[in-house]
Amino acid sequence: MGWAVYLAGKFGAVFTESCRTAGSVFILLGDTLRSMVQYRIRWDQLWEQMYFIGIRSQVVVLTTGAFTGAVFAAQVWFQFKRFGMESAIGPTVSIAMCRELGPVLCCLLLAGRVGAAMAAELSSMKITEQVDALRALGVYPTEYLIVPRFLALVISAPILTGLALVTGIGCGYFVAVKIFGVDGAYYWDNTIKFTDSKDVVIALIKSFIFAVIIAAIACHKGMNCPPGTAGVGKTTTEAVVNASLALLIVNFFLTVLLNALLYSN
Amino acid sequence: MIQLKEIWKSMGGQEVLRGVNLRLGPAERVVVIGRSGCGKSVMLRVIMGLLQPEAGEVFFEGKKLTGLSEEEWNPYRRKIGMLFQGSALFDSLTVFDNLAFPLREQGEKSDAVLRDKVAEALKIVSLSGTEEKMPAELSGGMKKRAALARAIISRPDIMLYDEPTTGLDPIVADSINRLILHLGKMLGMASIVVTHDMVSARMVGERISYLHEGKIYFEGTPEQVDRCEDPLVRDFVRGHAEGIGITG
Repeated sequence: MGWAVYLAGKFGAVFTESCRTAGSVFILLGDTLRSMVQYRIRWDQLWEQMYFIGIRSQVVVLTTGAFTGAVFAAQVWFQFKRFGMESAIGPTVSIAMCRELGPVLCCLLLAGRVGAAMAAELSSMKITEQVDALRALGVYPTEYLIVPRFLALVISAPILTGLALVTGIGCGYFVAVKIFGVDGAYYWDNTIKFTDSKDVVIALIKSFIFAVIIAAIACHKGMNCPPGTAGVGKTTTEAVVNASLALLIVNFFLTVLLNALLYSN
Repeated sequence: MIQLKEIWKSMGGQEVLRGVNLRLGPAERVVVIGRSGCGKSVMLRVIMGLLQPEAGEVFFEGKKLTGLSEEEWNPYRRKIGMLFQGSALFDSLTVFDNLAFPLREQGEKSDAVLRDKVAEALKIVSLSGTEEKMPAELSGGMKKRAALARAIISRPDIMLYDEPTTGLDPIVADSINRLILHLGKMLGMASIVVTHDMVSARMVGERISYLHEGKIYFEGTPEQVDRCEDPLVRDFVRGHAEGIGITG
C-alpha cells in the first residue's frame, strides 16, 4: 500500500510540475504575441534570425527531405512491385511526404538545430546577466530577444518544409523512375491526380504549429535557465527533448483534427 | 532621491532581505557592505526593478516604484544606471554597439552623434580606440570599464555598482574606484556601491551601511565604521574570521 501512495505522490508531483511548466510556456507565448502587436518589429534582428534559421538550415533540411523521399520510394517500390502496383508509388510518396514525413522530420531537425541554439543562446545571456542588463537599459526582453526568434522560426519552418517536400518528391521520382525503371509518365500523372492541394495545406499548417511549439519551448527554457554553466547544458538538452516530444504528440492530434476538418465530406 | 522602506525579499524559499531601509540623497555616495550572500546584490536588483519585493516600498524622487509593471518601470530605469558584477556586455555586439545601444533605444539615429558620444564615454573610462573590439577580446578590468561607459552614456541620475572591483587586481580595482569618484564629482551622479572590498568602501563611500541578516545593521561615515566596536562590524571591517568561529 505504501508504495502505491508513494507512486501516486510522485506521479502527482510530476503532473503538477508539467502543468505548471505548460502554463508558463503559454504565458510566454501570450506575452510574445502581445509584444508583437505592442512594440515595433526589430527588422535587423528578424533578418539576422531568418538568415540563421531559414538560410543556414537549408542544407540539413534539403538533405533530409531528399533522402527521406528516396528511401521511402525505394521501400514502397520493394513492396508494391509484388502486386504490380508500381504506378501507385508516386502518390504514396507524395502524400506521405506532405502529410507526415515532410513537416515532422523537417521540424524535428529544426527542434534539434534551431531549438538548441535558441535555448543555449538565451540561457547564456540569462546566466551572464545580459537579460538583466537589457531590462536595466529599459528594453523588454520578450520584445528584443523572443519576438524576432519566434517570428523567424514560424516564417521559415513552412518555407523549409515546402522545400523538403519538393526535394523529397523529386528524389522519390528519381529513385522510382531512373533507378527502378517505373514508367515516368504514369508516375507523374498519378502523383498529380491523387495529391490534393489539401495535402500541401496540411504540411504547411503542421509545420507552422510545430514552429510555434519549438520556439515557445526553446525560448521558455532559455529564459528560465538555472544559474551556472551546467544549467545551460541541461536547458539545451531539455529544450530539444521537450520540443521533439511535444511535436510528436501534437502531430497525432493535428493529424486527426486536420483530416476531420479538411476531408469531412 | 531613492528611498527603500522595509523591503522584504525571499530567494529560493529563504528570506534574504528582512526589512531593509536605505536612503540616498542627490549626488551622495553610499556603500553597502556585507558578507557574501547577505543580499547586497538582491537589494540593488530590487532598486532597479529587476526583482519585485514581497513587502516594502521603493521610492524614486518621491514616486513609488514598487508594483509598477515592467513597461512602467522603463522610464525610471533610464534614469538609473547599473554596473553588473559580471559586466553583462552583450557578447554578440562590438564595444561601440554596446555603448550605442542605450542611445539607440532612446531614439538617437545619427551616426555622427553616436560616434561622438561613444568616443566621449570611452575616453572617460580610458578605453579610447576599443570601439571595434568584441567583449571577448577585453580583459576583466576593460570589460568593467566598458560596461561602466555603457551605463553612464545616457547620463543617469543615479549609478548602482554591483561589486565593481571583485575579481580585479589592486591596480585595476583602484582605477575603477577612482572612476566611481570621478563620475560622481564630474557628472553629479548619486551612487550606491555594493561591495565587500573594504579598500573600495573607504575610498568611494561618504556613508557606509553594513547589511547583516537582511537588515541594515550599522550605518556611518568610513571613520565611524573604522572606529565601531560592535564585534560583527569590527570583524568584517578588519577581515577577522574569529567572530564566526573559525580560528587558525
